[in-house]
Order: sequence, then structure tokens, then C-alpha cells
Amino acid sequence: MNRPVLQSPSPAPTYPAAMSPAPASPASSAPLKAAAGMFAAYDTPDFFCELMHRTDGLPPSLQTVRDRLAGFDLAELRHRTSTAEAQLYRLGITFTVYSDREAIDRILPFDMIPRVLTASEWDHIDRGVQQRVKALNLFLRDIYHERHVLRDGIIPASLVLNNPNYCEAMVGVRVPGDVYVHINGTDLIRDRSGRFMVLEDNARTPSGVSYVIENRHMMLRLMPDLASGMPLRSVEEYGLKLHQTLCEVAPEGVTDPQVVLFSPGIYNSAYFEHVFLAREMGVPLVEGKDLIVENHRVYMRTVAGLRPVHSIYRRLNDEYLDPLAFNPDSMLGVPGLVEAYRRGNVTLANALGTGVADDKAVYAYMPRLIRYYLGEDPILDSVQTHICAEQEGLAYTLANMNKLVIKPVGESGGYGLLIGSQATQTELDEFRAKLLEDPSNYISQPIIDLSVSPTLCPSGVEARHVDLRPFALTGKNTWVLPGGLSRVALRKGSLVVNSSQGGGSKDTWVMAR
Amino acid sequence: MTQTSARFPAMLANLNTLLSRYGESMMWLARYMERIENLARLLEVTEAFVRNPDGSPGWDSILEINSDEDRYALLYPLPATEENILAFYITESTNPTSIRAMAHMARENARSARPLISTEMWMQLNVFTQSMMELSTPDIRRNGLSGLCNRLKQDCQTHFGVTEGTLYRDQAWLFYLLGKYLERSDQITRLIDIRYHTLLPGGETFGSQMDLTQWGSVLRSAAAYHAFRRLQPVTTTPANVVGFLLKNEGFPRSLMLNLRQVDSILNALSTHYNLRHQCGPLQERIINLRATLEDQTAEEIISRGLHEYMTYIQDELAALQAEVSAAFWPATPMTPQETVSPA
Repeated sequence: MNRPVLQSPSPAPTYPAAMSPAPASPASSAPLKAAAGMFAAYDTPDFFCELMHRTDGLPPSLQTVRDRLAGFDLAELRHRTSTAEAQLYRLGITFTVYSDREAIDRILPFDMIPRVLTASEWDHIDRGVQQRVKALNLFLRDIYHERHVLRDGIIPASLVLNNPNYCEAMVGVRVPGDVYVHINGTDLIRDRSGRFMVLEDNARTPSGVSYVIENRHMMLRLMPDLASGMPLRSVEEYGLKLHQTLCEVAPEGVTDPQVVLFSPGIYNSAYFEHVFLAREMGVPLVEGKDLIVENHRVYMRTVAGLRPVHSIYRRLNDEYLDPLAFNPDSMLGVPGLVEAYRRGNVTLANALGTGVADDKAVYAYMPRLIRYYLGEDPILDSVQTHICAEQEGLAYTLANMNKLVIKPVGESGGYGLLIGSQATQTELDEFRAKLLEDPSNYISQPIIDLSVSPTLCPSGVEARHVDLRPFALTGKNTWVLPGGLSRVALRKGSLVVNSSQGGGSKDTWVMAR
Repeated sequence: MTQTSARFPAMLANLNTLLSRYGESMMWLARYMERIENLARLLEVTEAFVRNPDGSPGWDSILEINSDEDRYALLYPLPATEENILAFYITESTNPTSIRAMAHMARENARSARPLISTEMWMQLNVFTQSMMELSTPDIRRNGLSGLCNRLKQDCQTHFGVTEGTLYRDQAWLFYLLGKYLERSDQITRLIDIRYHTLLPGGETFGSQMDLTQWGSVLRSAAAYHAFRRLQPVTTTPANVVGFLLKNEGFPRSLMLNLRQVDSILNALSTHYNLRHQCGPLQERIINLRATLEDQTAEEIISRGLHEYMTYIQDELAALQAEVSAAFWPATPMTPQETVSPA
């Protein structure tokens, strides 16, 4: 095809030969090394490996990834890693760690070796997460209205009604579509046999989805030779789906809803993610001072005056949302927001009072709740859980401390938990005292031998433990973002993957076939 | 919707929702970046060209331009030394007019408006601010002040270029430009005011070699030297220089040109975004201000009192900034009934 040539001033300037652009050198495709390559010393006899071991042989898609990876040399991989981390820092893709009086901006360490899920593994997770979210929403609707589940004795009433996260303000309040948990993060782990298990639900304000998408971008930029031609499920749709979800659950009668993302502001450790999601949705990121309630309706302050707001994706916990309803000292909230919400003039996502559903003690009842509400067996298994509030559970826990993970029920982020097998005697004794002081604050679970994934470490490619947090959006239907956040415990032998505890992340590949 | 909506897609309702806080942040982002660039110019030109009567660099004049004498005296002994001035204006983070403090403020404003600005803008600002935070006095000495100032100017110009090339053209862009041109207007009046009086303390005779160098330095501080030469190849008089910096229609930092830009931005906000109600009083102020400039020659301004006129302009610009704040990000917003927009 002929095209007009690019115009230049006349007469056209001439460049000395040396200055004319050199032809691009052919892409330096290092010849593939012997198949073992960087995996030569890799060995994981005790754990399920996400990349290497499958009981029924390695599926072709994983074989390809493995073969391609084997062709990289370590120095090359390290070089690309440092490039990636420099880019993350420059881009301000950071989270803030608070320790004592300091606040430090850190990047979430990014490991270049992806975590790969086969199409059938993903299908299983997808169905299991959908089922779980459905049960969570039915449970929440029930406990804030008829309370059948309590009367039928499926779960102790005290566990629900006396739960610190049970929200009295929600009793009898109808929410659009009966959806309480619009955005859910389900933490999954795999045991020694490769079986997926739910570790916990995150039904309040789960974070990390921005890393899923940014990690993919980073991967495609820096490892194009690894990803090329692979049938990867895309993660690009999330912002669009999120916006769509928030529109679907806007108050009835609103035709063109104004959606906003409500952030605690620039000093919040997840501010980057809030910005990311607001941008992906194309909606304003608001702080408390940008919103105002008049006549039980919510408005945002714009240069043209007040504009109505209909759906709020809030990234603040319940207690900070409204100083009139909850914590009167909260400077972050909006006075009158909760009353406007109760009257149905604005939608909050997630709803108030969802924390009771992702409570670590309520978790123990989830299999029973799924059977109760859906009449189905749980698709995803749960980890056996001992509730220290109960005599039996406490006795078992005290007798087996060195074989259990003991967790405070109200905490997240991996804070305050004890891994019995890795604790010193002093630590065990101290924890025993805390446990006896307030048993109802704790649950315990067997220590699961988490699956591992090959990870670039200072001394080479080694096995490190990983988990997986898929994200589910629920408006009229539930949709699960293919993949999710794979967190990796970078310390050798560590089972704690939380970013605040020295965890990193990996790109999660879901194969389309 | 008005008829303009067909021509200006920004009139679509969903785009006319710039948060007040975003407007404010965009305006101050531009003001801080413009101020950093101006300060870099001043520091560089002062070191090279501005001399006290005894021939030493006239560092005091920078303090006067920024009205920083009191703040400086709290931190350092007078008279000002080069070392202290550089610390005060470059690395002293407790001084709000230092480069480091202003870079920090620019980034905080950008962070606040981060959902709006382009990733490239953010990345450049992020890297720029990081490097300013890490800058130490030995670095400055090692690389020389002029090297640093050149880098600062270039970083600011990169910021303006990236912004021009990547920021979506809606209200946020207009508030950004409003901040930039208001800051430039203010800076040029400060430069003229101080330099004029340090140069001609008592109506001294004009035309010595020293004078020419000094007037050249005034022009250089504003990046105006060569443009002025092209326009005035023969005669350099104080009135010529002042007239050029105040009234020239083509010079990017002249007061006239910047006031005209401010006027045209207010006009765009008013007509394209249906903000007549808010813009009316602001436009009136700027029109009056332009008239005072158009109706007088440089000679007349000087003979009636240059300092008084520059002070008047600065006060008017400050009043304009206050009116912009009150109109677009009021502490107490109008109730919904008052602000219902035409259907």
C-alpha cells in the first residue's frame, strides 16, 4: 500500500550517516539452555509444587511454561527483576508500612516466575467462589432480617449477635438486590496433595486486586518472551466489571448513577490501589471532606456546586464511615451517611455489617451454612477449625499448640497469629497466657503444608509457599476475576504471605485451555 | 444543556463533575512547579550576574523578591551568605519556599489529584521529588549551582511538556493553567519590582557598562534576554526593559500575555462548563486589571510609581486567587437547591 511520506521542511535536512537511526538489532533471543537450566537445583520433595508437580502428570500448558523458564539464566532473570522493581517504585505502586512512628513507602516485591493455574483448576475455583459468595450474601440477609439460621440452630446465635462486627444499624434494612458482599476476596491455599481449601473470606474491604492487574502489565512488559503465545485469561476487565456492578446495585429509580470510590485519603496504606480502581472505573476518588449529606441524600462537592452521588465503593471500615453513627472521633467519615444509606438513598459497597460473615469463628460454620442455604455440598473445602470460645475447641487447642496455627478472630494482615511448629517455648508460653485470658478471641487450625512455587531467591530459584486470593464481584450476578493475587512468602520456610510480613507477589496465569 | 454542548464534548453532564479538591490540587500543582522554575532561574542569574555595590553576588535580593527576609532571619544570621541562601532555598525543608518543600507540595497535590493526572505526569513528578529529597549540600557544591539550576529548569519544563502532551483537556486542565498563569504573572511583577529598585536606588544615571550587565541580568532571569535584543537591538533603557516584561504581547512571561491567558481560561470555564455564575466576578477583576496595564505606557507606570503598581497587581492577583477558592472550593458549599444546574 502507498502512503504519503512523512513531511519534512524543504529542503529536507540531511543527517551525517552516523546520526541516522541504526536498524533495530534483531531481538536477542538467547538460545535455550539444557532443559534443567535454572531449575537444576530445584527440589520440593515435601510440598505440592504449583509448577512442577501434578499427580496426573504435567499438563501441556505447564510443560511449556516450565521449558521456557528453564531457558532463562539467573543473571538475566535478576536483571529483569531489578528493572521491574525500579519501575514499580517510579510508578509509585507502593504500599505504606507503619511500624512505631515511621511510615515507609515500600513496593510489594514482585517475583518474575508466574504462578500458573490450569483451565480445569480454575473452573473448580470459579464455581467454588461463586457458591461461597452466594451463601455469604444469603447468610447476611438472613441474620439482619428473619434469622432463620439462628432459630434452626445451624450456628450459635451468640456467635452472630454478639459478634463485634454485627451491625445493629442494619437490622431490617433492605439493600438493592439483597447483595451485601459486592466485592469479595477468598483466600485459598493448597495442601500437600494439591487440594484447594478456603483459608478465609474477606468480605469487608478486600485489597490487592490492583496488584493482580499491575503484575500482569509488568509481566507482559518484562517477560514478553515467556508470555508470548500463551493462552492467558485476561485480567483487563476488572475496572469495567466493578463499575458495572456498582451501577447495578444503585438505589432503585436512578437511571444514570454517579459512582464514587471513597478513600480514607493519601495517607492510607492502600491509597495507590484506591487511585488505581478509581481510574480503572473512570469515577472520582473522594475523601470524607468531598462528600456532604443534605436531607438524607449524599452529594459531592464539585467546582460547579453539589452533585448527587448514588453508589459508593467505600474503602473505609464501618466504624470510620460516619461519626454520627459510629466512632464520633472519626475525621475520615461523612456525618449522616449511614442514615442516608438506611433510607435507601445511596448504596454502600460492601454493605455495612458484612464483617460478621468473614469472622474467623463464623468461618468454621461455612460448610454448614452452604448446605443450609443452597442445599449443596461445598465445592471448596475448608480448613478444620477449632473455636476457642467453645470448651472442646479450647481444650484441644491448648493440648496441641505446637501442631496448630492459632489466630485472633478480629485481626487481618497476618498480625497476632502463632504458628505452633515454628514457635519457641517462650513464645508458646506467652501465647498460652494470652489465649487463656480471652479464649473467645481465638481459633486454631492444623498447620497446612502450603503449596510452593519456584521463586527467584538470593541463592537461586527455590521453592516458596504461596496462597491465592481470587476476587469476586456481585451485582445482578457474580463474576470472578480469572486468577487473583498470588502472594508468596519470601522467607525460606515461612508460611505467612502477607505483604506487611515480608510477602511478595506473583503474576497469576489462568490458562484458557 | 446549552447549544455549546454539541461543540464541546466536555459539556456532557458526566464530565462536569470535577471535584473541588481536584480543582484546587491541580491549580497548586501548577503554581508550585512554576514557582520552582522561577526560583531556579533567579538563583542561577543571581550567582552569575547580580552584584552588590562591592561586586559580591547580591543574594539579599532573592529574599526581597520572595518576601522571605523575616523567615530567613529566624534561621540564619544576616547578612545573607551564599552558603546559607542556598541551604535556605534548596534543601531547607522547614522553609516553605525552598525547592525541596515546594517539590514536596507539588507531589502532595499531584498525589491528591492522582486519579486525574496521567501516569507519565505522576511518574516524572515522583522521580523529580525523590531526587529533590535526596539532594544534599555537598551535591550542590560538587555539581555547581548552575548545573543544579539547569537540571531544575529542565525537570520543570519536562513536567510542563508531559502535562501538555498527556493531560485530558477538561476543567482539571483549565484549573492547572489558571494556576500556572497566575503564578507567572505574580513572579514577573516581583522580579521587576525588586530589580528595578536595587538597580536604581536614587535615580542614578543610566548607561554605564555595569548597568547594562545588570539590566541584562533582569532580562535573563525571565529568559527574556534574546527576545528583547531582537526587539530592541539598539537602546536598552529601564523603561524599555520594564515595558517589555510588563506589556509585550509575544513574550511568554510578560504580565500582559499571562493576564490575557487567565482571562481566556476563565472565559472557557464560564462558557464551556456552564460556570458563568462563579466566573463572572473573577472575569470582571481580570478585565479591570488588564485595562490598567493597557492604558498606561511603561514610562507612565514608572513615573507614577512602579513599586506601587507592582504591589497593586500582586494584591489583585492574591484577591483573584481568594475569589477562585471561594467560588470553586468554598468551605461551606451552597445547598443543592441553590446549585441545581439547568436541565
